[in-house]
Amino acid sequence: MIRFTLNGLAQDVNVEGDMPLLWAIRDVIGLTGTKFGCGQALCGACTVWIEGQATRSCQIQMADVAGKSVTTIEGASGRIADAVRKAWISLDVPQCGYCQSGQVMAAIALLNDNRKPSDSDIDAAMSGNICRCATYQRIRGAIHEAARSLA
Amino acid sequence: MLNAMMTTLANRRPSRRGFMLGSAALSGALLVGLRHGAARAQVRAGVAPLTGYIRIGQDNSVTIYSAHMDMGQGIYHGIATLVNEELRADWSQIRVEGGAGNPRLFGNVEWGGAIQGTGGSTGMASSFDRYRQTGAAAREMLVAAAARDWGVKASEISVERGILRHGAKQATFGAMAEKAAAVPAPATVKLREPRDWIYIGKDRETLGKFDSSAKATGKQDFTIDVKLSGLLTAVMIHPPVFGATVKSFDAAKARVMPGVVDVVAIPRGVAVVADGMWHALKAREAVTVVWDDSKAEKRSSADLMASYRATAKKPGLVNAGVTGNVETAMAGAGRVLEATFEFPYLAHAALEPLNAVARILDGRVEVWGGHQMPDIYQAIAAQVAGVTPDRVTMHVMKTGGGFGRRAVADGDIIQEAVAVSRAIGGRPVKVQWDRENDMRGGRYRPAYVHYLKAGLDKDGTIIAWYNHIVGQSIMTGTPFESGYVRNGVDPTSVEGAQKLPYAFANMKVDLTTTTAGVPVLWWRAVGSTHTAYAVEAFIDELAEAAGKDPVQYRLAMMKNAPRHAGVLRLAAEKAGWSQPLPAGRFRGVALAESFNTFVAQIAEVSLVNGQPKVHRVVCAIDCGIAVNPDNIRAQVEGGIGFGLGAVLKSQITLDGGKVVEGNFDGYEVLRMDEMPQVEVHIVASSAAPTGVGEPGVPPIGPAVANAFYQASKRRVRVLPFNRPENA
Repeated sequence: MIRFTLNGLAQDVNVEGDMPLLWAIRDVIGLTGTKFGCGQALCGACTVWIEGQATRSCQIQMADVAGKSVTTIEGASGRIADAVRKAWISLDVPQCGYCQSGQVMAAIALLNDNRKPSDSDIDAAMSGNICRCATYQRIRGAIHEAARSLA
Repeated sequence: MLNAMMTTLANRRPSRRGFMLGSAALSGALLVGLRHGAARAQVRAGVAPLTGYIRIGQDNSVTIYSAHMDMGQGIYHGIATLVNEELRADWSQIRVEGGAGNPRLFGNVEWGGAIQGTGGSTGMASSFDRYRQTGAAAREMLVAAAARDWGVKASEISVERGILRHGAKQATFGAMAEKAAAVPAPATVKLREPRDWIYIGKDRETLGKFDSSAKATGKQDFTIDVKLSGLLTAVMIHPPVFGATVKSFDAAKARVMPGVVDVVAIPRGVAVVADGMWHALKAREAVTVVWDDSKAEKRSSADLMASYRATAKKPGLVNAGVTGNVETAMAGAGRVLEATFEFPYLAHAALEPLNAVARILDGRVEVWGGHQMPDIYQAIAAQVAGVTPDRVTMHVMKTGGGFGRRAVADGDIIQEAVAVSRAIGGRPVKVQWDRENDMRGGRYRPAYVHYLKAGLDKDGTIIAWYNHIVGQSIMTGTPFESGYVRNGVDPTSVEGAQKLPYAFANMKVDLTTTTAGVPVLWWRAVGSTHTAYAVEAFIDELAEAAGKDPVQYRLAMMKNAPRHAGVLRLAAEKAGWSQPLPAGRFRGVALAESFNTFVAQIAEVSLVNGQPKVHRVVCAIDCGIAVNPDNIRAQVEGGIGFGLGAVLKSQITLDGGKVVEGNFDGYEVLRMDEMPQVEVHIVASSAAPTGVGEPGVPPIGPAVANAFYQASKRRVRVLPFNRPENA
């Protein structure tokens, strides 16, 4: 049994220690907002926060999550999260939408660290998140818009 | 038998009129046909079906059944816009679901109407009349019901934001739904005039996309998220080379691993079935398979390309079009230029790896997936399950990207899901490919070589144009072959090269279709992904040889192509083509028509470490009536990013028949730091709307190549840009 905090609530899961956090979240706990894209931390679709840090959940084993606080797209809340989601909707960022949970989680984490990111800050923070629909221009725009609304 | 049946489906072309009569018969019976038993259940539950395309519930919900799958191109939004332009529900009432199971209702009008399908950027063209008519019919039925109920004239009832109104009397659509269901559907309807449109052609401020919120909050379900009681997960072991089959396998160790339910051989490989993805993946490592590769393709892509190059210099196997006499004109030309272009295999690499969910219960089959061709997949599922197609229900899910990969004539992933379910007693199972399955699973944009040769007169005018295309056919060997391949010419091999906007007095296009065991498929914008590059990059070389400005050079040859010329002029104007650029910045231009949509792009690049850094792309598009302008901009922005990543970095290579690239480390795609600033300018038009999902892709490659030449004086003729040949 592995105990950790998921979206603010204590969570016990009976899984092997080598199961990646991604599959525990999706297949065992049943929260499917976090997506599978590559399984190699190359695409960012599975981005969650561990202790507030944006992390690729496909490469984190459950044994390493014990005792930690994990937040998924379903649990992302607060002023920055609200501003990011509002900007995402106002610019109609998503196309297929599959990568967007990861994009949103990475964008909130960026704004948490840096309230006024430059274009190159956005490049550095977001280039690990692939969008095959290439909505990058609107992602960039939405991050700037969220930053403006938080100022 | 299946093949014959699919051929019939693919080739049947009922008249447009016949189809319209079908869609005008908006009876409850058609809806029952559409939703099988579900519709009857809805009637019992007090939900009144109005038409087969729209269901208005007593809870005031308006559900629209889309004939087209949404893979991110925004067709659900587009269809909702069309319906509501006529219906005038409140936007918040509307939701869109995938329709399937009734080709008479959902057949793609642009494909002849007999089969349902999404592709070729036909969604809007196929939907424009049909969904406005159905919205108008639903409104008339609601109004007729209210008129009868209130004892007033229908013409005196107004409809606005989901409210029917006459004087002091008013009712919601939901309140009138049951009575409206009893009203006979009108045989004909009068559509609103364009000047009265309040949704079509209006921007985001008026009409935000209704799925943006779900997609920004993780609430949008895709096939990977399907939840069914007892749902299992299967992962696949596919042959290491294309064409190999399972000889034997040993799963003794895997069977006793945690969570494993079964390991089964199916025609396409071996499936490891478990209680979840991780257990399936882990157990897969413990399975050994012996393959029979006696009939497999074992050549390397380098060998294939070398043979294509040699072939390209010889006369083509078949002729795909001829004007005048190229040989004579070439012999008399002052100057003759030639160039050979090479294009690699490309993977679609949609971010949601291929998947489908199937279950077989009491002889009934259900399949959930991103069904781009649901009728064909229904037939395939039926055959694999050993039932008749009417026993198969297809659930169309939104899809995490597609780019063509989910329109496969043999329904690869459908076969796998149904075969695995059948092998485990019909239990519900999701076959979920991992990234490596997806990357190495074939169905690539074919590799091609183009050999081009042009003759110029003393003024630099092109008096002879020759293009020989060498590569695999997408349609040959599929049920589409007999309907589309004519005289050995697969139109998808030559589209974008066969018919050009340029008036060449002498022109010849040859095609040599090669055979290789690598499965190939349409990839966003299909033939134009290579033909537009070869044509537009070569035109740039000729313009330089002629000493002419590339925009003026093209315009001079486009007297009979006003829509091409229109987008080129607009792009040039908006990009400031005649204005100087800052030091270190360079421009290139290209244009292409694909799927009856006209696109010109001007790219601005600088050189970074010998590679182009694309800063800005100015694009002009003419797609007829712009139904959802912001979605058009979004599709073009995305198409440019998709195409740019491919030309800069993407390629699938084979070594001894094995696909080398397995994930996004080997198969590189565009990322945030490489996305240029894109400006999209839409030509105002009253022509019938055409598609926008694909046409943004073709011009970006040659526009960047032409700008890169200005920056580096190097012509990129072997793709992608980062190939060593280009260093």
